[in-house]
Amino acid sequence: MFDHDILVIGAGLAGMRAAYTASQSGADVAIVSKVYPVRSHSNAAQGGINAALTDRGDDWEDHAYDTIKGSDYLGDQDAIEIMCREAGSEVISMEHMGVIFNRDEEGKLGVRSFGGQRQARTFFVADFTGQALLHVLHEQILKIGARVYEEWFVLSLIVEDGECHGAVVMEIRSGEVHAIRAKAVILATGGLGRVFEPSTNALICTGDGMALAYENGAPLMDMEMVQYHPTTLKANGALLSEAARGEGAYLLNSEGDRFMQEYAPNMLELASRDVVSRSEQTEINEGRGIDGCVLLDVRHIGETLINEKLSQIRQLGIDFANVDMVHEPVPIRPGMHYQMGGIKTDVNGLTNIMGLYAAGETACVSVHGGNRLGANSLLDTLVFGRRAGDHASNVVRSRQHSDAITDQYAERERNRLQEMLNRNGGGELFGKIRLDLGEAMNTHLAVYRDQQGMETALEELKGLKTRYDRVIVHDKGKTFNTNLIFTLELGFMLDCAEAIILGALERKESRGAHTRTDMPDRDDSNWLKHILIAKDENGQPDVTYQDVTITQWEPQVRSY
Amino acid sequence: MQVTLNVRRYDPDSDQPVPYDQEYSVDVDENATVLDGLIKVREEVDGSLALRCSCRSAICGSCSMRVNGQAILACNTKLTDVVLEGGRVDIEPAGNMGLIKDLVVEFDIFWDKVRAVEPWLQPEGEEPESEYIAPNDDMVHLAGVMGCIMCGACVSDCTVLEVDRNFLGPAALAKSYRFVADPRDDADESRLDELNESGGVWDCTRCMMCVEVCPKGVDPMGRIMSLREKVIDAGHTETYGARHAEAFTRMVRHSGRVDELQLPIQTFGMFNVKEMIKLIPVGVRSQLAGKRPPIMHQKNPGMSNVRRIFNRVEDKR
Repeated sequence: MFDHDILVIGAGLAGMRAAYTASQSGADVAIVSKVYPVRSHSNAAQGGINAALTDRGDDWEDHAYDTIKGSDYLGDQDAIEIMCREAGSEVISMEHMGVIFNRDEEGKLGVRSFGGQRQARTFFVADFTGQALLHVLHEQILKIGARVYEEWFVLSLIVEDGECHGAVVMEIRSGEVHAIRAKAVILATGGLGRVFEPSTNALICTGDGMALAYENGAPLMDMEMVQYHPTTLKANGALLSEAARGEGAYLLNSEGDRFMQEYAPNMLELASRDVVSRSEQTEINEGRGIDGCVLLDVRHIGETLINEKLSQIRQLGIDFANVDMVHEPVPIRPGMHYQMGGIKTDVNGLTNIMGLYAAGETACVSVHGGNRLGANSLLDTLVFGRRAGDHASNVVRSRQHSDAITDQYAERERNRLQEMLNRNGGGELFGKIRLDLGEAMNTHLAVYRDQQGMETALEELKGLKTRYDRVIVHDKGKTFNTNLIFTLELGFMLDCAEAIILGALERKESRGAHTRTDMPDRDDSNWLKHILIAKDENGQPDVTYQDVTITQWEPQVRSY
Repeated sequence: MQVTLNVRRYDPDSDQPVPYDQEYSVDVDENATVLDGLIKVREEVDGSLALRCSCRSAICGSCSMRVNGQAILACNTKLTDVVLEGGRVDIEPAGNMGLIKDLVVEFDIFWDKVRAVEPWLQPEGEEPESEYIAPNDDMVHLAGVMGCIMCGACVSDCTVLEVDRNFLGPAALAKSYRFVADPRDDADESRLDELNESGGVWDCTRCMMCVEVCPKGVDPMGRIMSLREKVIDAGHTETYGARHAEAFTRMVRHSGRVDELQLPIQTFGMFNVKEMIKLIPVGVRSQLAGKRPPIMHQKNPGMSNVRRIFNRVEDKR
């Protein structure tokens, strides 16, 4: 058994930011991550990070308004105010740590335009901003020498009487299972993209934190709000950054028209993501697509600028679509990208379980509401990662390790894993179940949804759960048993899918990313509220509501 | 398209833990990558196949491995580009790092070397209230190195690391360059001192393997060469490495080719008895192998062209 003041689960931007902050405050912090920190999916954020810097003539309130409008008024305005106020200092902190942000002619930080915002306020490193931030934060973790349990996988949380006391984890390399006792646990496990097929998300994005919290009675909030990114490649779902449109790219239909003129005459290609994705899907559905895609055209930007600012996505086009974007437009389509919902937390990352925090994509504060603006996710991870680390480090000063926590928690997990490994015959491997889940979700819970489709998805989910109960693991060994890990992750994903479908069925209106063809209008009088799903004492999902916090921006008709 | 993935496997938990090859025949799409093939195997055929992978977009650096003997990222390598005669592809774990299981290797050595270069920004003086002012050109230049995804392909195929575990290696040295070339970093002197030591920049043999296998165009060897110049500029002119480089250049400028007898003498110094004695067995071996350089050094007949190249390069500087 290991002891730490604070255990951070996940080593992406939110996790490392939390760990760095808590460590600076003097707490004994350890990070557990199922991959090496620099493998985390924060890497994949390409375009940039938003911040309204006052010395550039920008105003945090403008940023907040754009975010609130982008969220289709479902975001909590107190949380959004905090995020936008603290954005500038966060970006500057990262620059001081070493991030090589692109500069303007004076050598100050340069900005690019991003969707859904009236002002260019997106700070960036070429088209690999997430990677640049992640690697620099990892440098700082190396510098302070924080303990990182690299390639350790979290099996369960230790929660007793509404308080979290640690987690049970498996060292992947040896297969050993340990209990780690902690006075506070911060979940920073990222998204759940693999619940959908295809998705822009990495294979590690399996909703672990959401499922762990859900399992222990913490509510998941607004899980129906799943973002489809407007520009993903058909072949493998890979993301082409919004930076392309930020730098001036056009979206064209099969007739060569810039169709966004019809849907968002002011913001065009840079309208909010939900708006652009819906527009694309409408074009495709009405027969103006090309093989289920529309075209992203950057040719007019020119090879020099493409190479300087969009080189990675140019390479992605060459590698995965056989298209060199310098010479021809690349076919793209909306693809599952981000989970706006997540574990419900307050503005300090605290969940309803004492000692349990969440930050980043796995959490729902909520700052993204029904639709996240591009380049607000990196900001979310850093601001709320820091706040969670800060709050937790204060709380643990007056908390003691619980003596009731013994190795029995680990023993319980060892037995569960052994039971899974012992299972033979009759069942199937995890792979096909995961694929069927992903395809069901992508069919019935995509850009456009309706009652019948969502009910079908719920029905199919039941069948998948039955198949999962008999799933078999080929690899019976202890060393680096990825087969076992994928199987456990699939268990997490099935729980996440349940929350998504239930949330979607519950919300009887169209708002943000949740667009129902059978209920196409936003209904503020009945549904300007969050949907929370939590397991009751019997393990059954229970739905409750919470009002949206409005500070100074009343809901208005949303157009771009 | 039918391909046979010939995978080098290793199971430390088995009764006889030795590496062996296993063939998997899979039916894949024309555009499928090596990773697509391997995922198909582990999801549909044999769940026990172990490999690391995550992003599928050449950004997380998890899936470096050797295909047909050379390090690649499985996720951005198309099967059609690497398939051998008979539809076979040979897949092995990355080199220079210990085996854990199947295609999974120990990355400890990789991270130890990265840690050894103190890979964090070390500015001096008070932090500015706002950002550091820095030229965009410098930042764009650094982006070329920050593009490194720490996949370890260069470390896998580094021919020096294969024989000298003490060498910092291409990834760590490129990482070090990222700080030396950063206008905000003020620790150049101590960094360059360290890099001048054994295991540092002078131990690279310029075989170009790291440049060839790097999936992100980071050019580790080019960075190492830039670091050599910076090391010399920082006043380390009396190291063997610096003297070797100087002597090499001098000879080529003088006669258009390297005088291989003189090179070690000028590098180590004629009266450096210890090093001179160490050369004797090398001389004997080369004599026996018929590879002794000529006693009388001869000028390159195209000497005037070599001079012109020198002049041209020096004018450009």
